Parts: sequence; C-alpha cells; structure tokens
Amino acid sequence: MVPLSWYLMVSAALFCLGIFGVLARRNAVAILMGTELMLNAANINLVAFWRHLRPDVMSGQVFTLMVFVVAAAEAAVGLALCIAIYSSRGTVVVEDMDLLKG
Amino acid sequence: MGISHVLFILFSVLILGGGVMVVTRRNLVQAAGALILTLFGVAGLYVLLEAGFLAAVQILIYIGAIAILIIFAVMLTRRLADEQEPGLNSQWAWALGTAVMALAILVIVIQGTWPLAGGVVGNAPPLTGDSTSRLGVALLSPEQYAFPFEVASVLLLSAMLGAIVIAREKRH
Amino acid sequence: MREALFNLTWLIPLFPLLAFALIILWTHPSRKWSTWVAWIGIGLAWLLGWTMFFLSWGDIHHLTPPEGNHPVPLWALPTGGSVLKIGFQIDTLTALMLFMVPFVCLMIFVYSKGYMGYGTEHPDPRYSRFFAYISLFACGMLGLVVSDNLLTLFIFWEIMGLCSYLLIGFWYDKSYPDPNRITPRQAGLKAFLTTRVGDVIMLIGLLLLYSQVGSLSFKDVFSQETLHMLAEQELWMPIFGTAPVATVIAILIFGGAVGKSAQFPLHVWLPDAMEGPTPVSALIHAATMVSAGVYLVARCFPLFMAVPLDHGGVQLAVVAFIGAFTALAASTIALAQNDVKRVLAYSTISQLGYMIAALGIGAYVAAVFHLITHAFFKALLFLGSGSVIHGVEHGHHKIAHGHHDHEEGHFDPNDMMNMGGLMNKMPRTAWTFIIGGGALAGIVPLAGFWSKDEILAHAWHEFQHTQHFGTFWPLFVWLLLTVAAALTAFYTARQICLTFLGEPRTEAARHAHESPPSMTWPLMILAFFAVILGLFGTPWANQYHELVGEAFAATPFDPFVAGLSTVLAVGGAVCGWLVYGRAPLRAGQVDPLKRWLGPVHGVLENKYYVDELYRLIVIRPVLRLAELCAKFDYDWVINRLVNTIGQLSIRTAERLGGLDLAVVDGTVNLVGRAARGLSTLSNTVDLKGVDGAVNGIGHVVKAGGRQMRTLQSGWVQDYLLLAVTMAIILLGFMLLVLPILR
Repeated sequence: MVPLSWYLMVSAALFCLGIFGVLARRNAVAILMGTELMLNAANINLVAFWRHLRPDVMSGQVFTLMVFVVAAAEAAVGLALCIAIYSSRGTVVVEDMDLLKG
Repeated sequence: MGISHVLFILFSVLILGGGVMVVTRRNLVQAAGALILTLFGVAGLYVLLEAGFLAAVQILIYIGAIAILIIFAVMLTRRLADEQEPGLNSQWAWALGTAVMALAILVIVIQGTWPLAGGVVGNAPPLTGDSTSRLGVALLSPEQYAFPFEVASVLLLSAMLGAIVIAREKRH
Repeated sequence: MREALFNLTWLIPLFPLLAFALIILWTHPSRKWSTWVAWIGIGLAWLLGWTMFFLSWGDIHHLTPPEGNHPVPLWALPTGGSVLKIGFQIDTLTALMLFMVPFVCLMIFVYSKGYMGYGTEHPDPRYSRFFAYISLFACGMLGLVVSDNLLTLFIFWEIMGLCSYLLIGFWYDKSYPDPNRITPRQAGLKAFLTTRVGDVIMLIGLLLLYSQVGSLSFKDVFSQETLHMLAEQELWMPIFGTAPVATVIAILIFGGAVGKSAQFPLHVWLPDAMEGPTPVSALIHAATMVSAGVYLVARCFPLFMAVPLDHGGVQLAVVAFIGAFTALAASTIALAQNDVKRVLAYSTISQLGYMIAALGIGAYVAAVFHLITHAFFKALLFLGSGSVIHGVEHGHHKIAHGHHDHEEGHFDPNDMMNMGGLMNKMPRTAWTFIIGGGALAGIVPLAGFWSKDEILAHAWHEFQHTQHFGTFWPLFVWLLLTVAAALTAFYTARQICLTFLGEPRTEAARHAHESPPSMTWPLMILAFFAVILGLFGTPWANQYHELVGEAFAATPFDPFVAGLSTVLAVGGAVCGWLVYGRAPLRAGQVDPLKRWLGPVHGVLENKYYVDELYRLIVIRPVLRLAELCAKFDYDWVINRLVNTIGQLSIRTAERLGGLDLAVVDGTVNLVGRAARGLSTLSNTVDLKGVDGAVNGIGHVVKAGGRQMRTLQSGWVQDYLLLAVTMAIILLGFMLLVLPILR
C-alpha cells in the first residue's frame, strides 16, 4: 500500500506546477490549463485523504465530484471568455489585455 | 516495493512529466496533449486509491470533455505566428520562485511538522463494501448530499447558458 | 391564521428584490413594464406590511415579549465554532415600521413615474434603471426592519448604502458651470464614504458584541442575562481607560447610526445627497435610509439602557448630546439656505437630531412616534419640493424653447430666489406643501406637533420629576430642542413664503404649471396622513405608547411645555411671515436675514465651514499622500533622474565642444590635423562614452521604473503573482514559523 504522504507529495508538486502555469503563461488558454492542474492536485488530495482517513464516509469522493462540476463549469465559461476576447481583440495573450492599467 | 508502488511511481512520472510539459510547451496543442497525459495519470492514482468510479469519471469528463474543449479553444484562437512567440511572460522567473517556495513549504509540512503526517504513514484501513454504490446513495439521499447535487446541476446549467451568451457572435 | 401570516414576513423584502431582479434582467427596455413591476413589488410589500401592522395592532399583547417577538428562522450558517441563526421577526417596533416604510415607499414610487418624465417627450434616459434601484433600496429598508439579528440587519444596511451611492449619483453625467458646486457623482461618493466611516465603527461594535455574546440575534443579545453580563464586564482601552462592555458596544453601534442618520460630525453627506433625483431624496431622507439609524438605536435600546449613567454608562449622554447639538446646529444652518431641497435636508438632519436626542434621554416612545410622523410629512415636503422644481424647470424649458434664452446653463430650478408666487400656478402642490410645513413646524393639530411635543414634554418631565438620567442632560436636551423648534417654524415659514407667496421672481416661475396627477395624488395622500397621524398619539390616548411602549412609563401631558412649544412654533412662523410674507421679496432683492445677521449669516450659509474643515484635515492630506506616491513613481524617481542626467550630459558635451573650439582657434594650421584628430576623438568619446553612459543609466532607471510600475500594470497575472506570493508567504508563516514561536 502506498503511504499517504506520497500522494500528498505528488499532489503538492502538481499544484505548484499549476501555480507556475497560471502565473507565467502568456496565453489565456494555457492559464486555464494551469488551473486544471491545480484542481486535479486538489482532487488527488481529497481522494487520498478519503481512502486513508475516512473510507467509511463518502464526503471525500462527493467533494471530488463537486470539483469536477466546478472545473467543467469553469472550463466552459473560461473558454467562452477566451473566444469572446479573441473575436473582439484578436488576441488571447493576457499581457495584451491591460484595459485596467493604472 | 509491491506492484502498487511501481504503478504509483509510473503514474506520478506521467502526472508530473505531463504537468511540466503543460506549463512549458510553446505549442499549445502539444501542451493540451500533455494535459491529457497528466489527467490519465490522475485517473490511475484514483484506481490505486480504489475509487474506480472517480477514475472513470475523470477519463470521461476531464479527458473526454474538458481537454477536448481546451483543444477546440486552442484551435479557435490560434494565431499563425503562435510558434514564434515566447510561451512564458516576462515575470516567469518570479512565478517560478513563488511556485518553488510553495513547493518547499508544502514538502516541509508534509514531511515533518504536520500532525497527520506521522499517523498515517502505514496502511490505510480496509475498504468495506462497494464504494461506487455507496457514493450513489450518498449523492441522492436527502439527508446527505442531494441538495449539493441539485445545486451542482443548477451551476452546470447556468455555466452552459453563460458560455453560450458570452461566446455568441454579436449581431450588429 | 395569524401565525401563518407572520410566517410570511420574509416575503416583505423579497417582493421589491424580485422587482429589482425582474427589471434589471428583463423589463428594462420597456418603461411601462418596469414601472408596473416596481409598483407591484412595493404594492405587495405594502399590503403584506399593513396586514401585519393591523394584525399586531389588534392584538398587542400577543406581540410583546416574552411570548411575542415572532421569529421566523430561515437559515442556520455554521461558522466553525458556533452557528449563526438568520431569520425574520415581527414585534411591535417592526410592525410600526411596516406601517410607515412600505406605504411611504409606495407613494414615492407612484410619484417617481411623473417625476422621471413617463409619457413625456423627454423621459429620463435611465428611467427603468431608476425603478430597479429604488426597488432594491426598498428591499434594503424592509429587510432591515424585519431582521431578527444584527448580521442581516447590517447586510441590508449596507445594501442601502450601496443604493444611496447609486441613486445620489444617478445623474452621474451632470456637471455644473460653477466648479465649487458638488456634482452628483461626487455627492454619491461623498455619501458612500462618509456613511462608510460610521459603518466601520458599527461593524467593530458588532464584532465586539459577537465576541462577547457569541450571537447576534436580538433575542440572545437583549436577554436580561446577557445585558447584565455586558454591563458587569469591564473593557480596558488604550486612551479611554476602563468602561463597561455594554457602554463601549453601544457607542460603537451608535457610530453606525451617526453615519446613516447624518448626525454631527458625519452629517456632511446628507445636504449634498440632494443632487440625486427628488424622489430619491424623499426615499433616503424620509422613509428609508436616515430612519434606519434611528431604528437601529431604538432596536438596540435595551443595550443602551443596560448601564446607568452613575455606573459609568455614558452612552446615552453621548447620544443625547450629539442629537441635541445636531438638532440645533442644523436648524440654524437651514435659516440661511436658498436651495429649496437643502433647507429640507438640514431640517431632516435637525429632526433626526430630535429623535436621537429623545432616545438619549429615554423618550423611546416619543422618538419612534416622531420617526413615523416625520417620515410622512418629510416625504410630503420633499415630493412637494420636487413638484415645485419640476414645475419651474418646465417653465424654464418653455421659455428657453421660445427664444434661445441667455439664462440657459445658469438657471438653477432649485433656488428659492428664482421662485415666488407659485401658489396660483401649482395650487395642489402649494396646499399640500403648506400642510407638510405646518406639520414640520409643529402647528397644533398636525402630526409634527404631537410627536415633537411628546419629546419636549418627556425631557421636561425627566428634568423635573424622574431624573433617571441626571438633571443636566434632560435640561440640556429640552433647552436646545425648544430653541430648534422655534427656528424650525421660522425657516419653514421662510421657505413657504419664498416659494409660494408674492410675485414670480423669474420668467421660469411665471411659466410654471401644476405637475401631473401621478405626482399630486401622492402629495395629497401623504398630506392626509400628515394631518391625522398625530391624533393617534395625543397625550390622552397614545396609541403609539400602547403599541411600542409597554415597558416604559407614559409621559404625562404638560400644559407648560405644550403651551410654550405652541407659542414658539406659531411665533416662529409669524416671524417668518413678517419677514418674508408680508412684503414678499422682489427679484434681485437681498435676503433681509443677511442684512440683519451680517457675518453670522455667512457662517450659516457656509454650514459652519465643516466641509471646508474636513477638506483641510482629512481630504487634502489623503490626496496629497496619493499625489506624493504618484510623484515618487513617475516624476522623482524616473523623470527627474533621467532629466538630471540628461542635462548633465548636455552640459558636459557643451564644455567639450567649447574646448574643441578653443583648441582649434588657439593653434595654427600646423596642428590643425592633430586638432581635428583630437576633436574627432573627443566627439567619439562624447557620442559613445558620455551619451552611452547617460543612455545606459537612463535605461537602467527606466527598467527599474518599469519594474516598479508593474505593481499597477493592469495585467491580471501581475496582481495574481503578488497575491499568490503573499498568500504563500503567509501560509509558510502560519505553518512553519508560528508553531516554532508557540
């Protein structure tokens, strides 16, 4: 049986990759991929904790499903935003979107 | 080192290798492909964790829907000059520092200071019964998660409507 | 039946909220539908509210604690350690507010249709949005009065704050030729920020209360044991020393009321809030927002009563002082204002001061009574003044259309000096306005007389007989409020005379005409209530006392106080008539008060320079600091450094050039070639070395500046990077450093 801390390590590494992707990628779609990585890292955590700590209560799996739902909604809306921005401004490079510049 | 350890390492390599490619590949189609690898690895971990239903859902929803949706978006918004442009922005070094710092903190916490870390190094308690059917019961019984389940469906519906409204071609 | 109806309490704020959502989402393209949706929303709330009120009136004992106070729990929010229960309730105070709020709101909604120009050639371009906002506003006030806990009360309180910002700044694109005059946009911001000061203080009070009691529901907080516990405990504060916790919490919560009810020193937003459309002024200053502050103090009155004055409970003395001071100061300012709405604004502040001062000396029933009557007659006065402005503005448009008038752009339809003689042009508005003015001044059988008299009588009675609050504060309150009553009568008479009597002083006033029926009907209905409402609160048969004042002793009728206040009210009004009515002002004539009072008048006209003081000690330093930061970023660090180095390099180049010439001139042709070589060399040094160095430094500085400017780059990833980095540092601190420290 693989110990819990291994899962946590993998999920921590995946989460940090996601952070890096969100902060450093130029393309908005790539940023969305970074958020997907972070959500998956959270999911690994949830399922690992569920299995190792409370397999008798289903909340870990239910929460994972909720994260799926939120991820699907987020991907749909986020990508729709990308397409809308692309059609109006001709770019999805986040650095070019500085309408709020101070 | 049992077979599960070997599988775990295999899946972890898949996950982290894919993750690194997702955040570094300049070509977004390749990045999306790497994302699919990562998602497969996560599904493998779910199998190792005896959450078979979640593994199936992971493959169906994440790979079947979200990853494909992302590839669509890449195709729809791609510029011809995409290949020449840098994939990372000017602050990538700062971002890398932040990510590494986060990783260091998490590793230290998981390894040592966190109270739960010491207690559960050993084997997990045995799983009783069929977790998939128990999940189904939990999701649909009113005293458990029926209400969040319904809210989730409303969320999906509104996200769908919102996506349609946002991405619709504006008629002038 | 009764229980079933009381369980519907939560529907009352829901109807206007639904109206708001419907208008914003669907009906906003159609003015007609938006009007109807808003009317139906508030109309249903009104029907339900009056049902509740008459049910409770019919059976008062059913509603008084302990078996009364009908809570309708809706939701239980787990907050980790405890559970926040959220719900609604009906008790007698709520029932009384439900009599006033939805009805006055309904009148204002009906009136708004005409005021915003429905069906005319020039309806307001944001007509539907206006109805959406006022619906949300009504939702905020109704939710506030039916809340059974301070948390939802605070949420609805803030909804009103937001709506006041949106509505005061409703004509945000308006600007005036006079740069000193505040624009609607600035006025909205000012109202929002000023009330925010009070709200933050109130929030601190609520947090303190929650930390002490562990609950925010009225039932838990105002139970005898809790109040006793709060009164016993002491709290040490850095400057003020120790005080009972109840006192501290009460004063902090009163801070919120000071902001919302526009009491000194946070009163400055209310007069400027007149920049909003007039129905909004009526809504904010009569029915909803400012009443909320008084309602809050009335609602928390058990907390204010928890510690007596001789045990260090200064909270009621603070309340009494601020109320009485505000009442007097605002009524003196109202003497010298020329804007028809500003006079009313200051009279609102002054009347709110009455209520607050009344609460400060324990005249709970009288304060609530005055809150109700004031809401009706002040709504009437505001709507009446709106009708006058509307009429004068139309008159102005009429003549401006006839021949392109020179007055265009300078004409102010709010200025009473531009009015006069409107009695014949707009008779309905005039008569209802006079009734409202009479009620405000406290002329005998009208509503304002009874409520004001009860406050004064209570203060006098408190001073003479009971002395629960010492002798000084009741006397202080009584004295200030009596003087304010006389001044109120005077400025009301002045306003009526300047507006309606005499001859029109401008062409616009000459061409004014009566407003449409959707505006005059609400005026007449409100006038009816301004006449009769007081009759339910006479000292002989005080229904209000029976309804809300079970716990308090009735105030006996005092012929001395009643006689004195009648004499002062009539005297003030007669003085006003003698000055302004007997010989009406003609166009261009100076206000006689200005002549008599001299420099004092200037001080009053400028509102005791409070705004200027705030500008000096608060606003300007803040702006300076902001400018300094901007300067540091752009001018000093970047531009100045670059400029200095650039100038240095130019000087150096000139010197070197001069040396060149001297060398060339000083030597003969023999060394010409050498000189040329030298000069070429120096030129190269100049171009490559010096310029290069200068440019290099410039580049370095520019790059540094660019790095610093990324803080405000507008790129979402920059902000995110900062936020994530900070979050991770905090996380590391909490997980790694704190355990070691512990």
